[in-house]
Amino acid sequence: MSDASGNFNRTQYRLGFWLLLAPIVLWLSLLIILPHIDMVLVSLRERIASRQYGFSFGNYTAFFTEPLYWNTFVRTAVMSIVATVLTLIIAFPVSFYIAKVLTGRPRIALFILCLLPFWVSELVRTYGWMILLRETGLISGALQWFGLADQPVEMLYNDVAIMVGLIYTSMLFMVVPLVTTLDSLDNSLIEAGYDLGGSSWNVMRSIVIPHAMPGIMSGCIVVFMLTLGNYLTPTLLGGKSSLWFTEQIYTQFITRFNWEQGAAFGILLLILSSLIVWLGLKITRQSFTRVMS
Amino acid sequence: MIPSIPSSRFFRVSYLSYVTLFFIFLITPLVVVAAFSFNDALFPSLPWNGFTWDWYLGKGEPRLGLFHDDALLDSIGVSVQVAIVTTMASLALATCNAFLFEREQFPGKNFLYVLMLMPLVIPGVILGVSILVFSSTVANWFEVQFGYEIEALRPGLVLVTLGQFAFLTTIATLVISARLRKFDITQEEAAMNLGASRLTAIATVTLPFLKPALFGAGVVAFLMSFENFNTTLMLVGSDAPLTIAMFDRLREGSTPVLNAVSVLLMVGSACLALISLFVQRPAKP
Repeated sequence: MSDASGNFNRTQYRLGFWLLLAPIVLWLSLLIILPHIDMVLVSLRERIASRQYGFSFGNYTAFFTEPLYWNTFVRTAVMSIVATVLTLIIAFPVSFYIAKVLTGRPRIALFILCLLPFWVSELVRTYGWMILLRETGLISGALQWFGLADQPVEMLYNDVAIMVGLIYTSMLFMVVPLVTTLDSLDNSLIEAGYDLGGSSWNVMRSIVIPHAMPGIMSGCIVVFMLTLGNYLTPTLLGGKSSLWFTEQIYTQFITRFNWEQGAAFGILLLILSSLIVWLGLKITRQSFTRVMS
Repeated sequence: MIPSIPSSRFFRVSYLSYVTLFFIFLITPLVVVAAFSFNDALFPSLPWNGFTWDWYLGKGEPRLGLFHDDALLDSIGVSVQVAIVTTMASLALATCNAFLFEREQFPGKNFLYVLMLMPLVIPGVILGVSILVFSSTVANWFEVQFGYEIEALRPGLVLVTLGQFAFLTTIATLVISARLRKFDITQEEAAMNLGASRLTAIATVTLPFLKPALFGAGVVAFLMSFENFNTTLMLVGSDAPLTIAMFDRLREGSTPVLNAVSVLLMVGSACLALISLFVQRPAKP
């Protein structure tokens, strides 16, 4: 009898396994894998006549021969890297302050204060910067009031405005992993570094930063990806001059209805983003699974 | 550098002022948005003309307040619907995934896990575009083969929901798996020794244990769905969720009614944050 029930349990268990496996396979294949395969196929075709398509690399050659596309792509990549580095530089001292200088209640309070803006939609945050930076905005008003400018100053619609917005939007994704890894560093290691005669800079470079590397890396990867794929901030803060690659994708798909070209752009952006994530992981010898979880 | 290491007064003061400046940088845009929702002027800009409730309660143009602006209210309704469906669906699948990855051993598990993480590294715009392309392919194929048009596969709320579901499930899976990992499986075995079937044991012992994680993941999924822009933008049809409606108005240049919506969003998020903090707080004996 026990044998029979054992067998029954096993079949039930196997059935349970297939029932658990089916939804995830459906989800990943129907919403992630097949759509991307289809996008690759669409990017490799060319409209010959109405509803007639032929195989062609034309959409990719168009990307490399049209300077506007190519420049926008490089510009987006470079600005994203700069934004990531700046976010890291700004966030690191603050994270260190929260994780190592403060203790007890002020520390929790300040950490929550850091998270607070990110409970609010990115749209609202960007809108805040628009109100601050525009010609009739607060900063322009303040400059005039202090006599630093004698007429309204337009600070929107340039690269600095885009950069400020991108850094602001990404801050959370840098501060949280940094605070978490810095928090796990034992203070006595820092003290030991000083006792052995290290200067602040030495201790920072050979103890704190190596320990924080996993946090730095996962922060940078997430910030870079979010920046590269951002649409809202460049469009609203950069206006017509923003030249962001996601805007090109949007234009091809929605405005020009040239899906083949848009799909090719999408694939190129995906390749760039994966490549940089992969490089980042290789350089610091981190595993993808660990960084993401 | 750290409190136990002596440092110069100059260093401490400048460090503190840097951190203070950082928090001013963090808070100012939100304060500004909130403040201008009460400014008695047609545009959210200086000068300050005095306090008004018009942007919440105003009854007609040009001072149509939030609570009488049907277009905006409708879009909030659309967003809430999408967010509820997406949250429920992603929680259900994420719970299955958590059990699959924490309890089962099978060949290709690591590969599947990496695949499961993929939606996190795909930019939202591209996720949206790929689903748009694929659903059109399927819809066109059906139309040619069977002469039947599947409306749901054309841009609209169904696709928006699917697109958001595609990446929110990953986030929910990570949260729920982390909690399930801490579960002591002997509790479940004890329930089964006492005569419960496996499903009963999971329903009465394991799921209650997972409740804080389910709730936390649910709040995060709801908020991320409500605030999602990139994926939604590519898949949206004629019914615009709030973020899309706000974006369109922002580009045109709008009245401070947008500030009023923003304040509403801040209050809503703050409430959700408070509730989730309260629920996830460890129970006191």
